[in-house]
Amino acid sequence: MLLRPFDSFWSPWREMERLRREMNRLFAATTPARLGGGVALAYPAMNVWANEDGAIITAELPGVNPEDIDVSVVDDTLTLKGGREPDELQEGATYHRRERNYGKFTRVFRLPFQVEADEVKATFEKGVLQISLPRAESDKPKKIAVKTG
Amino acid sequence: MADETRDVQVQETQKQEVAAGDAERTRDRVAFVPRADIYETDDAIFVVADMPGVDENSVDITLENNVLSINGYVEPVRPENYSLAYAEYRVGDYQRRFTISDQIDQDGIEASVKDGVLRLYLPKSVPAARKIAVRAG
Repeated sequence: MLLRPFDSFWSPWREMERLRREMNRLFAATTPARLGGGVALAYPAMNVWANEDGAIITAELPGVNPEDIDVSVVDDTLTLKGGREPDELQEGATYHRRERNYGKFTRVFRLPFQVEADEVKATFEKGVLQISLPRAESDKPKKIAVKTG
Repeated sequence: MADETRDVQVQETQKQEVAAGDAERTRDRVAFVPRADIYETDDAIFVVADMPGVDENSVDITLENNVLSINGYVEPVRPENYSLAYAEYRVGDYQRRFTISDQIDQDGIEASVKDGVLRLYLPKSVPAARKIAVRAG
């Protein structure tokens, strides 16, 4: 095979990844060293699975009530909102460790394609959110038949 | 890419990998240290751990010689016909051990997992030290 089939589709992701690395490198160079050496990442962290028909985004949101998760999509932009509250402690209880984070979050994520907003589906299982984002029909590449004169 | 995060106390969102200790893992999969809250009342210790991807059937908890071991096994989500195009987090098992100084009533331990959060209730077997009233002679 001479050409890889989805080369043209993959390029935006590669570009995003390249940009992200570049940004991380820039920030790492200009901000004081943090514990762990990295920059604070956007929350929640997301993984993106893709094919020619769309993308599936997964995010780990342990302890978040699924009813408190708000997913919305406009054009090529996904907005994810949610939050969680700390446990209500009985009187007299004392913390030995407190490592889990609480509070509200908002994350905006732009995809390299227009999303068919009506077809977006989200599931939440075992604390893992999975959002399926089909690519809009109008955004898909059209095959142009070349006619011979 | 437009990214913004507000009102959230993000410290280190990256997962901490389990350091290679004395015992090597038999599973060829990375293991992370789950973030945990531990709090104590007069009669019990509570452990709450974030273990996304784990449910009640995929977690092992043992208490032996005052060492509480938590192991969570995660089957990674791999959508069919999709390829991973961009990744910010890694998926793996969870593993953590705590030393519990109090005597725990082993039979009274309760554990539950909901939405990827493990909750452990460890009742103390010795009643909490009673306050002794001092009478005026």
